[in-house]
Amino acid sequence: MIHTYELNGYHILLDVNSGAVHLVDKLCFELLSYLTPPLSERCPDAALTALGGKYPKADIVACYDELYRLYTDGLLFSEDSYAQFADQMVSSPVKALCLHIAHDCNLRCSYCFASTGDFGAGRKLMPAETGKKAIDFLLKRSYGRRNLEVDFFGGEPLMNFDAVKEVVAYARSKEAEYGKNFRFTITTNGLMLNDDSIDFINREMSNVVLSIDGRREVNDRVRARVDGSGSYDAIVPKYRRLVEARGDRDYYVRGTFTKYNLDFSKDVFHLNELGFDQISVEPVVAPATAPYALTEDDLPAIFAEYEKLSRELIAREKAGRGFNFFHFMLDLDQGPCAIKRLRGCGCGNEYVAVTPDGDIYPCHQFVGMEDWKMGSVLTDTLDLEKKDLFARTNIYSKPECQACWAKFYCSGGCNANSLQYAGSITKPHRLSCELEKKRLECAIMIKAALSE
Amino acid sequence: MKHIKTLNKANLKESAAKGGCGECQASTVANQKC
Repeated sequence: MIHTYELNGYHILLDVNSGAVHLVDKLCFELLSYLTPPLSERCPDAALTALGGKYPKADIVACYDELYRLYTDGLLFSEDSYAQFADQMVSSPVKALCLHIAHDCNLRCSYCFASTGDFGAGRKLMPAETGKKAIDFLLKRSYGRRNLEVDFFGGEPLMNFDAVKEVVAYARSKEAEYGKNFRFTITTNGLMLNDDSIDFINREMSNVVLSIDGRREVNDRVRARVDGSGSYDAIVPKYRRLVEARGDRDYYVRGTFTKYNLDFSKDVFHLNELGFDQISVEPVVAPATAPYALTEDDLPAIFAEYEKLSRELIAREKAGRGFNFFHFMLDLDQGPCAIKRLRGCGCGNEYVAVTPDGDIYPCHQFVGMEDWKMGSVLTDTLDLEKKDLFARTNIYSKPECQACWAKFYCSGGCNANSLQYAGSITKPHRLSCELEKKRLECAIMIKAALSE
Repeated sequence: MKHIKTLNKANLKESAAKGGCGECQASTVANQKC
């Protein structure tokens, strides 16, 4: 399978199964439309006839010879040999937890998938003892895995900061005994950041996600406090202080764009102008009936905005003023192995969410869906049938994904989105797919532009 | 090559045989590191 596209003046050829990416000229781009595998040593007469009026025959033949060389090297029309690995998919150790340390929040963001912080189940904080039980659960269920991850999530985690500190200290006290390496992350809306929490986060958290949507008016329209006032002016100075003190450790300022700001590239650049160079601004995921929801009617505008963002990122990178945009990150030479690409995010299998009551769900977006509850860290129970279901949910168990050129990049997308918006964890959410494919095309094009 | 420039050293197939250790960070999967 191949994917060809033209963007920003570049003609790009992706060989899906090998992962090879080729930058081709216009002749080559046109010639490809006449080729179907298996290729023979000689250029097809149909291609010579069709393109003969436009290009010299010698050029067409020379171009075909180059394509044939790629074909014999396994870098064009390469075979899909990964299904055998999908068949071997088995339950993995649990290696990552999303710890819902607080089902409460001091913001009332209109698009919050967590029902403004409580996941529809009442406002509550996780007792530190429950957090420690979750760590015990992870130590036991991770078997031979050394690298373990715990994300403090909510709600707003800093509303239960003492428990965060206690759980981190407990986990650290177990590392040597169990031969584990804990990596902690935290997602915060920033309102409660102070010198104490900034010091702690910069010392203990391997990544921190700082929520802000961009320009003041964009942010404050949807990210309002309980009294309706905006959050922008309070959080920007705190984020700057945290990032300045953080050195070269990972962080992201992380925004959401909605139908209200389809010109979201302005928000990306605004965040950069505030002094941040690790930026993620991502599409809202919401029912189509919500006033801020993105729909398929918005796709042309969003696509144009991603292209605009790409062109500006290239210009800034070439001028030595580049920054990192999360959704355009792509390592074409290495990246994750094919097995990881088959498995995807690992939700319900390698990665689970734990609520303040200790209940286990496949991931944070499943929390509150009683049918998907998988057990409890308080009783050390885990529904292995559900775990096995997720272990076997991969791009080869999703019929629509099998024929998609982007399958090794998105790995089948988000199971929770699929369930909520397409009705099944094996049926991809079309809007998410279209956005993902556009971002990939832009990301690969940026690589092509910067390779010159 | 005159008409084609390959941008990467593709190793997806090789990684299928050698990969799967599971030590990478839990996650867009393509931006994860091995």
